Amino acid sequence: MKTLLEGRGGRFLVGLAPYAWLLLFFLVPFLIVLKISLSEPQMGIPPYMPLIDWAEGAFKGTLAGYNTLLGDNLYLLAYLGSLKLAGISTLGCLLLGYPAAYAIARAPQSRRQALLMLVALPFWTSFLIRVYAWIGILKNEGLLNMALQALGLISEPLQILETSTAVVIGMVYSYLPFMILPLYATLEKMDLSLLEAAADLGCRPFKAFLAVTLPLSMPGVIAGCMLVFIPAVGEFVIPDLLGGPDTLVIGKVLWAEFFDNRDWPTASAVAVAMLVLLVVPIMVFQHFEAKRQERGE
Amino acid sequence: MKNRGFALYTALALVYAFLYLPIALLVIYSFNASKLVTVWGGFSTKWYGELLHDAQVLDAAWLSLKIAFLNACLATALGTMAAVVLVRFRRFSGRALFTGMVSAPLVMPEIITGLALLLLFVGMENLLGWPDGRSMTTIVIAHVTFSLSFVTVVVRSRLAQMDLSLEEAAMDLGARPLTVFFSITLPIIAPALAAGWLLAFTLSVDDVVISAFVSGPGATPLPIVIFSKVRLGVSPEINALATIVVALVGVAIAVAGRVMMTREKQGG
Repeated sequence: MKTLLEGRGGRFLVGLAPYAWLLLFFLVPFLIVLKISLSEPQMGIPPYMPLIDWAEGAFKGTLAGYNTLLGDNLYLLAYLGSLKLAGISTLGCLLLGYPAAYAIARAPQSRRQALLMLVALPFWTSFLIRVYAWIGILKNEGLLNMALQALGLISEPLQILETSTAVVIGMVYSYLPFMILPLYATLEKMDLSLLEAAADLGCRPFKAFLAVTLPLSMPGVIAGCMLVFIPAVGEFVIPDLLGGPDTLVIGKVLWAEFFDNRDWPTASAVAVAMLVLLVVPIMVFQHFEAKRQERGE
Repeated sequence: MKNRGFALYTALALVYAFLYLPIALLVIYSFNASKLVTVWGGFSTKWYGELLHDAQVLDAAWLSLKIAFLNACLATALGTMAAVVLVRFRRFSGRALFTGMVSAPLVMPEIITGLALLLLFVGMENLLGWPDGRSMTTIVIAHVTFSLSFVTVVVRSRLAQMDLSLEEAAMDLGARPLTVFFSITLPIIAPALAAGWLLAFTLSVDDVVISAFVSGPGATPLPIVIFSKVRLGVSPEINALATIVVALVGVAIAVAGRVMMTREKQGG
């Protein structure tokens, strides 16, 4: 049997273009970040000392950038702050998204596509504009405070914008579709006869949900939580627009180190620390998850 | 059972309200005559007029469309090749590295990718004299790098589901691999390519963080302009711009939906 593009030359060419692209524009840049994280800050362009001094033939690596990270509480607090906000947002997405995904998966077959489309639709409009929309709603003289005051629930406007609450609202809003879509995919595939069997054996609907549906939907829960949690930890735009000066997140710190302080080595060290603490564990987890699925467990 | 269904649909309705209310409010307030965004001062289209005379916004929008178009074409080509490699080439040296590099941009925080790419461009400029400053080229390269992974995911799943016997039949009848690819494989995976192209286009038009790193004074795409305006506060002009975006997306989706409906009716 001959398979497509069996000739070695053809295979080589097809593989070469994306491989070369990713090596040059994805892998090499990270090696450069690693390199610059080990160099010393300096004023000028580019604002760091060269790592290797060719004239003296010596390697002048320094851990100054990493010492800054460890020496100042700011970075640890920002990292923990990001994890906390991302965790709360993920939980919020799960609590809102699970019932929604469940309702869509159990809706009549003819309606499911349309209902799902309605979830994905906001994704196609601008993310930035959707986050911006919340400024008009959440600010002190915004629509939410006006509505609450008109209803007589509060007398003074609530300070929501420029707090962590606003950031969580923005994140839940932006990432909700990423939670609903994988949840729907697992709930829709579920074999409903298992629920019938549970009912025949005298299991009440709620108990059946806890004992059958929820465990079976765990792959969707995990996938959805990862899709929300990971970008939420590195998020910059939402905390910048909706959060206040005391909303400390790692994305904002990296941004400030790079653009405001022009301290490239420290910004690079923050990026490396983020990669090691967040992305690497997740990629290892995904690798084993994929292996497990290949084995058909 | 009936009660449970009712509760579920209520939850679903609330989620839809949550998703759509902010967008609806933007659209409504874009027709507000008052400059104070939350005070209704009567119906007006003046913000649309101002928007049409804002050269900065118009230039940025045109640049963004050009970047998104180039990005979508390049990312679809490279992403499709990557998908073919992953699905059809079982073993080759460096497969693990390749698989890792294709999926890594999906989980990489944008802020790290942006920083890394800028440092690469600065390094290359010092070493080779290219790219000369931040321009459309650097933005397109950066966007292709992250969006090709998304194209790969979409095309890969379609390619994996494809019935291989059609390709084998064509081969048995003497067609060359390249002919088979263009006359059999490509038409079958075409919907995935279209979806991937659209996804890459949208991701590019929408990107703020990576563009902020790799764009320069001479090349400022629309999201960067919006972002700098929005950071200064709410502006009715941005509401008008948002409404235009929503309307365009709505029309595009309506057209796509119609095309798909007709194709389904024809049994295609």
